[in-house]
Amino acid sequence: MLWEVFVRSKRGLSHTHVGSLHAADAHLALRNARDLYTRRQEGVSLWVVPAEEIVASSPEEKDAFFDPAGDKVYRHPTFYDVPEGLTHL
Amino acid sequence: MDFQEIVDADGRIEPRDDMPEGYRKTLIRQIAQHAHSEIIGMQPEGNWITRAPSLRRKAILVAKVQDEAGHGLYLYSAAETLGVERSELMDMLHTGRQKYSTIFNYPTTCWADVAAIGWLVDGAAIMNQVPLTRCSYGPYARAMTRVCKEESFHQRQGFEAMMVLASGTPAQRTMAQEALDRWWWPALMMFGPSDTDSPNSAQSMAWGIKRFSNDELRQRFVDATVPQAEHLGLTVPDPDLRWEGEHYRFGEIDWDEFFTVMKGNGPCNRQRMAHRVAAHEDGAWVREAAAAYAAKQKSPTVTAAA
Repeated sequence: MLWEVFVRSKRGLSHTHVGSLHAADAHLALRNARDLYTRRQEGVSLWVVPAEEIVASSPEEKDAFFDPAGDKVYRHPTFYDVPEGLTHL
Repeated sequence: MDFQEIVDADGRIEPRDDMPEGYRKTLIRQIAQHAHSEIIGMQPEGNWITRAPSLRRKAILVAKVQDEAGHGLYLYSAAETLGVERSELMDMLHTGRQKYSTIFNYPTTCWADVAAIGWLVDGAAIMNQVPLTRCSYGPYARAMTRVCKEESFHQRQGFEAMMVLASGTPAQRTMAQEALDRWWWPALMMFGPSDTDSPNSAQSMAWGIKRFSNDELRQRFVDATVPQAEHLGLTVPDPDLRWEGEHYRFGEIDWDEFFTVMKGNGPCNRQRMAHRVAAHEDGAWVREAAAAYAAKQKSPTVTAAA
């Protein structure tokens, strides 16, 4: 069974995907992840998730899926003109 | 953007993207053979764990061999993102349909060979692998980044062990020199056939899998390593070696030896494969037990009883 592994590198940061591994069950997956991805103190916390449980967006639909955000530049602060000399804006 | 546009713009291809079938197949073969090399590479060094000259050297060697297993696993995972099963890859290794680096078919006859492997073999591996951290296939590039971080410890511990021998008793100096004599040429062969004899290189370059040619990387390795040998006070076993302009010119590689070892007739090919297959078969009961335990944990009757 394939598991995806996520490591929190230090307190204050979120878990980040680091790779995958094979294990028969969750307990072994966690042990294997410890041995495979944190041999040099790369993390303080580990998540393992069955790869088949992850629901992913499809690369073919990428454009249609993410396009709605494309024409909404007004969501960014750089869209707005700020008079010169003013601060805290 | 389509595949070639992404590659040409130095972008990364990710697992479920459209890609040419040839690209997928080339990557599966290359990543799998790289993974096989990592795990077969555990054998020549593992051979010396019980006989390491000190507890310090033993702890270092155990850590290094464990890293090689880890590198194999990162790479098998990367290969699997291309839609191939781990068990298929193991099967192709065990039946000889996929190969591993010829370097691991040479024996480690004394402790100095372990030092020389770290210095030369891992040094050559780094030269090959650093450009792969920018390979067009995302999962392979990311695995290589992790591997390269760890390899630099491998190379340094090897060089340090060589330094200790090279500055030791006359007998230890001789051991160090003989290890260099044994490993120099096989290390140069690790970069693969000469460019004129490497038919798939151009396609791999166009696909962004390969960044530099075999001969370019080999030249870099020679240029980087010869001064290190001089620092150790050892002699590189090549009468034709000389500094010329900006590079070291070196003698002709014995390609007959390279192809002999590649075809399965090196000093340890049969031993390496027999050991790998035996380890796989001897470990079958562990995999079966783990799977049976996992199935039992999932079954409703056990859950109710617990």
